[in-house]
Amino acid sequence: MQPFTSHTGIAAPFPKDDINTDQIAPILHSRGLKEDYRAMLFHRARRREDGSEDPDFVLNKPQFRDAGILAVGENFGAGSSRESAVWSVLANGIRVIIAKSFADIYRENCLQNGVLPIVLGAELGDQFIARVIAADGQAPFTVDLVMQRINGPGGPDIEFEIPPADRTRLLEGLDDIGLTLKHVDAITSWEARAQAAQPWLQAARDGRQAK
Amino acid sequence: MQQTLFDKIWDFHRVAQRADGRDLLYIDRHVLHELHAHHAFAQLRKPSRAVRRPDLTFAVQDHTVATKPGRDDETNPSGSAFIKAMREGCQSNGIRLFDIGDPEQGISHVVAPELGIVLPGATHAVPDSHASTVGGVGALAFGCGTSELAHILATQVMALKRPKSMRVQLDGRLAAGVTAKDVALRIIAEIGVAGARGHVVEYAGAAVRPMPVEQRMTLCNLNIEMGGRSGLVAPDETTFEWLAHRSFAPQGAAWDRALRHWRTLPSDHGASFDREVSLDCTALEPQISWGTDPSQVVGISGRVPDPAALEPARRAAAASAFGYMDLAPGTPLLGLPIDRVFIGSCTNSRLPDLQVAADVIRGRRVAPGVIAMVVPGSSSVKRDAEAAGLDRVFRDAGFFWGESGCSMCAGGNGDRGAPGERCVSTTNRNFENRQGVKVRTHLASPATAAASAIAGRIADARALTPGMA
Repeated sequence: MQPFTSHTGIAAPFPKDDINTDQIAPILHSRGLKEDYRAMLFHRARRREDGSEDPDFVLNKPQFRDAGILAVGENFGAGSSRESAVWSVLANGIRVIIAKSFADIYRENCLQNGVLPIVLGAELGDQFIARVIAADGQAPFTVDLVMQRINGPGGPDIEFEIPPADRTRLLEGLDDIGLTLKHVDAITSWEARAQAAQPWLQAARDGRQAK
Repeated sequence: MQQTLFDKIWDFHRVAQRADGRDLLYIDRHVLHELHAHHAFAQLRKPSRAVRRPDLTFAVQDHTVATKPGRDDETNPSGSAFIKAMREGCQSNGIRLFDIGDPEQGISHVVAPELGIVLPGATHAVPDSHASTVGGVGALAFGCGTSELAHILATQVMALKRPKSMRVQLDGRLAAGVTAKDVALRIIAEIGVAGARGHVVEYAGAAVRPMPVEQRMTLCNLNIEMGGRSGLVAPDETTFEWLAHRSFAPQGAAWDRALRHWRTLPSDHGASFDREVSLDCTALEPQISWGTDPSQVVGISGRVPDPAALEPARRAAAASAFGYMDLAPGTPLLGLPIDRVFIGSCTNSRLPDLQVAADVIRGRRVAPGVIAMVVPGSSSVKRDAEAAGLDRVFRDAGFFWGESGCSMCAGGNGDRGAPGERCVSTTNRNFENRQGVKVRTHLASPATAAASAIAGRIADARALTPGMA
């Protein structure tokens, strides 16, 4: 996973609440395993009925085409657990999502991919979205994970909270599986304890085949 | 210290605290499906990691499989690469796959409990947000993304922050013709699509106890639609009877020993929850969604709400839903003409769901112009339904009777509606474009869906079926 320390980039406003993963990354019925995640992001919302680009959609506007920061509303990423909803964000060069709040699984998927999910809450979130709208892509914002600070046009720096564990993982770009495998002995001894205490949990055999 | 059901399962399965402060939670049963599997196998190949417990891991082809009789890998062209990649990954990693054509193939959340793969007090993970369906047997299940799936394959644990706990107390008795689906839709309408975020929800109370296991699974299935991390129902004698003699459940002395443990699982009297919500179900009528998220729900006799009557925070979403759904505030739901009906999905595709629908349909015909489909949740449900003659009831009425899979729930297998169609669906999400571009989805119970197929309009099954009223 690519580490995250800080990011300076254009912030795009997308203030609707409850944006779900079907909207972020619609199933496109491609025939191969290699999907075009860049094209997938908000695929339907970005296009008009005839398939042409909708110039009014925020990420299609010239000033937001290369946005690296997304400013969103409440419960961003609701719905399906599909990770393509984060891969498509990343494929478009977006490294930070600043939300009033996130759906749980989506936030986890961000952390797995080096996308910084910042939760500002309702009040601060509204203030930030207003600043992003006012900035209109003319000046960048800087998000510094070391200092836990957002800096940019239209107001004072914003300090944000993030659980220390998530911060460390992003800063160091830690391999999640590698982190866990440091505890492989604990996993092995848990299995032995479970085998003694609740043996049915450690075996999933088809009883019909055993006969 | 009094403990909740969730506390008991969590504490037993907590392996260690990881260096970054997350709990490592052991996963007893892990089930993959083809939309995620190939990515995860590829992630494991890069640093060459092995699957730790292939014997506790299963895989099911469900999201992209065609439902046409005689289907094969190629019937849905956009699924075939996924189907083959998972098959290959399962072969090389020694994972039991319920493949197309396997007598046990079906939707993972239907197959795992019906085979007894998932058990009370067990932990379960699936790369799918509806994983908590199996909470209906008292298992603690988590949906996850692809990276987490690879993590579980390599380590057999999930790295989680302990969620908060919530109890949804369901009081009273359900009226005839009112089901767990209606209860769940009502709860989501009350607390909203993020109302249970960060929480593991225990569904309890007098309205839950008489529910058969299948209904409990419907209740737990919809938990993610209010943002819940997981949802479960305490196991009881109904659960144990339902699980006894299932293929992968413990047998003989092992069963007796498990049973003794399972009886200790329910939340202790006086155990405290971080949050409590209650709902009196006595006067509840069948529910149906009118909008584009699962909290936009009214009773079947209700009308599309006036935005002024909604909480301010819900008005913008309502306004956008009116346009998509082509509905004006004040429109009654009953009588609204429909084009399509879908009965199926991990929410409502088990045998009793199909029985209820068949009881409404028996001796009747689908209204002219309505396309109606039934897709059983598993190949085993399909066999049982056919043995009971239900397939004939559906076919004679003009329903399509499909092979098992997720089908029109997300349309990943090509089963989709046409633009502008209005569809009454027993699924879990009425999001825009989910069942097909511009398809207008109304979520409802199997009884409501069946009655609507016959009427060609949104209908109350209780008016059609005297025994239900």
